[in-house]
Parts: sequence; C-alpha cells; structure tokens
Amino acid sequence: MTLPFYVPPEQLVKDRAEYARKGIARGRSIMAIEAQEGVLILAENPSRTLTKISEIYDRIAFAGVGKYNEFESLRVAGIRYADVKGYQYGREDVTAKSLASAFSQTLGNIFVQGPKPFEVEVLITEVGRSVDEDRLFRVTYDGTLYDTSGYTAIGGKSDALSDKLGETYNGTPTVDEALRMAADAFRNVEDRRIDGWEGALLDRRIDKRRFRRLSKDRLADI
Amino acid sequence: MIGSLLPLDAPVPGPGFTELIRSLELAPRWSVPPEAISTTLPAPDATTVLALRYGGGVVMVGDRQATAGYDVSHRTIQKVFEADRYSAVAISGTAGLAIEMVRLFQTELEHYEKLEGVRLSLEGKANYLARMVRTQLPLALQGFIVVPLFCGVKPETGSGHVFTFDAVGGRYEESEFGTAGSGSREARSYLRTVFRPDSSMEDAIDHAMQALVAASEQDLATGGPDLRRGIYPNVVTVSSTGFREVDESEVVAAAERALETVR
Repeated sequence: MTLPFYVPPEQLVKDRAEYARKGIARGRSIMAIEAQEGVLILAENPSRTLTKISEIYDRIAFAGVGKYNEFESLRVAGIRYADVKGYQYGREDVTAKSLASAFSQTLGNIFVQGPKPFEVEVLITEVGRSVDEDRLFRVTYDGTLYDTSGYTAIGGKSDALSDKLGETYNGTPTVDEALRMAADAFRNVEDRRIDGWEGALLDRRIDKRRFRRLSKDRLADI
Repeated sequence: MIGSLLPLDAPVPGPGFTELIRSLELAPRWSVPPEAISTTLPAPDATTVLALRYGGGVVMVGDRQATAGYDVSHRTIQKVFEADRYSAVAISGTAGLAIEMVRLFQTELEHYEKLEGVRLSLEGKANYLARMVRTQLPLALQGFIVVPLFCGVKPETGSGHVFTFDAVGGRYEESEFGTAGSGSREARSYLRTVFRPDSSMEDAIDHAMQALVAASEQDLATGGPDLRRGIYPNVVTVSSTGFREVDESEVVAAAERALETVR
C-alpha cells in the first residue's frame, strides 16, 4: 500500500486559492451600484449572446465572473433554488440573503472538498422599496461572503474598481449618473478600450419581476 | 435540499421545473388511489371562461363564482390569470386542482425563460399546458376534471391566438374564440352571432362580457356581473404590448352595457 504524500492544510488552501485567483484574474470585472431608481449592474462583455448578468427572482439578480461553465452552473442552481422556494412557500420568501448564504456554503464546500476550486466570483443583488433595503452580496471562490452597501465589484480588478468608485460615490446617484460613474471607473482602471457593455437594472419602480436588461442604445455612449 | 445548499447536482438537467420538483419529491401528487375517492367529495367547480381574438390580440373573461352542486362556494374567485408577459390562462372544473395547475404553469414558464434566456413560443406554452392536463387523466376519470383555456399573442407578429383543451389533454387552436366551463355552450352560441375577426378591443370586451351575461342567464352555476354586491368578471387583454388587466371602471361600464344588451 502506498501512502499519499502529506500536504499541510495551510499549503493546500494556499495552493487552491492561488489557482482560483489566477483563473478569476483573467476574467473581466463586473460592478453593481445602488441608484435611486434601483440597483444597477454593469459588466464589460464583448459577447452578444453569452451573458454574465441574469435574473434570479422578482427582486434578485445574479452576476458571475471567471470560468463560464462554472458560474453558469451556479446561476442555474440559483434559479432552481429560488423558483423551488417561491413555489413551495411564497414569492416574498425568496431573499438574496438566504441565496447568498447558499452560494457561500456551496462554494466553500467545493473549495475544500472538490477536485479543484471553482474559478469564479459571484454577485447577488436585491432591490428593496428604498435604497436602505437594497442588498449587495459578493461571494468569492472559497465561499467567503461579503455584504457591502452603496457599490461593489467582482473580478480580477475588483479592488481597484471599488476604490475608484469610492472616490466618486457621494450619496445615491441616479441610474444615468451611476452608469457614467461605473463606465469611467472601468476605463480608468483598465486603461484600454472597452470591448462592449452588458448592463441590467433591478428597477424598484415596477412590480413583481423587476429585472430589466439595458438596451444596446442605452449603453452605446456611456 | 432547500435548507442550505444549492441544487448544483440536481438530477434533472434542462429547463423543466416540474421535473425538478418531482426529482426533489416536492411535486403535487395528482393521482389518488381509486378506493380513496368518494364521489360526493365536495370540491368546488369553477364555471364559465371565454377568450376571443380581435384585431390587435385577444380578450379573456371569466366569471367569479365557484359552485359545489347547487351550493355557491365562493362568489369572488379568480379564474383568469397572467401566464407570462404575452399569454393568459383561465380555468374551469375542479377549482382547487386548477388553481394549483395554474401556479405550476406560471412557475414553469418563468423558470424556462430565466434558464434559457428566451420565452417559450406560444405553441410551446400551449403544448406544455396540454401535457399538464393529460397528467390529470386519472383524476379526471374519478370526476375531478380540470379544463383550462389558453390565449396569447406571438410577440413578433402581434397576432392573437386562442387554444381550447379537453379533459384528456387534447389541444385545439381556435380560429375565432374559445370557451370552457358549464356555461360554455351558451357563451359559444352568443359569440358565434356577434364575432368579427377585425373588431376593436372595446368591441371585443363588450362581446365577451355579453357572452358571459348570456351564459349566466342560462347556466345556474355561472355568476354574471353582480351590481348589488359590486362583483364584476375578470377581464384581461393580451396584445403586442403584453398582458393587461382591464381597469375596474372599464369593466363596470362594459358590464352595465352588457346587462342592458342581453336580456
């Protein structure tokens, strides 16, 4: 019988984290900002059909960066979780908090037990009746859950983007202002031409399903 | 599963919600063993619903009464529902089962749309609903019949379509109008005399309301507009701009006109 090599847990976690971080750093970042009309999500995305932002439920949206197949499977799982819960109980009972914590546990388990960690970072946002009730959650590859307010970013350049936004974010902006702020932060941090935008708004002014994609025209000259 | 972890390895791939909850053993159990059924089980029936095409889409109307035999069970139940943005569904037959079927149907359409990023085609929705009726067949044979009525528009062309069903899951597209429920015969006869394919929405709403009043005059189980209690039928339209519930004031006016016209 051969004994497996002993790897100290610190080393194991470090290796896995480094592996996941490398994968995520290759992806393009995504930003979310609480605005007066709702929660805005903006991503750099050259593809016309493969989306990074998705509707989950009435008030909840999802965005993921990293490996497409991995965040796509998380997106599908999130929609299934939300729809089953909403069908079993009621539409009001589906909240971003429970969803974010389910994502956190799932990613945490995969990080420790899976053959390889997921190279993803996901964003779960919920729009409330007022800005105070908005929720922005960020879950990283190892299952760490961050709860932020005002604005947040995920992806390789997330820290730089958040810092940049922090410089201009001053009280809740309108959607137009938020779009401009986010686009400026992207351009500033990436320091190159942006390949294309994908945007969505969780609009607090409409009823029931509040997720709306922003049209090409709307995103043309931000 | 619902407690904490995501259904990442849910056994069923694909966008079906019913399959998903069945695999999680959360699906409603439609089938009941024959010996468990008492034929006198008092389950309320929902009665007359109808839908008709007009120039820019479809109008759907349903009365508000549910009956069990000669007894009025509910005076204000809702039988006409938004299925998704571009379609509506109405129910007749055993109310409890039918309402649950609608809820599952709505969830199914929304689930598909979110997973796939596009809506099911109108044809696809009608076929799916037919399948849901068919799974009810054992219960239908025991007397608990659910017959829906489905209508909607194809968003790309804006043309309205009406689908009727039968208890075994047959699905039929109607070229003019469709009806379901105990008063459907009377409503159909009335619509046959007034229907015009290119009528305006206002005329279509009037015609639908008149047909419902005609049905309520002849069929005891159908509740017409009840001015005394202020109970009015559910009236909705689906056009290229989507599903819309007609405003109460318009419904009241149409109901009053219909009560004058149909005597």
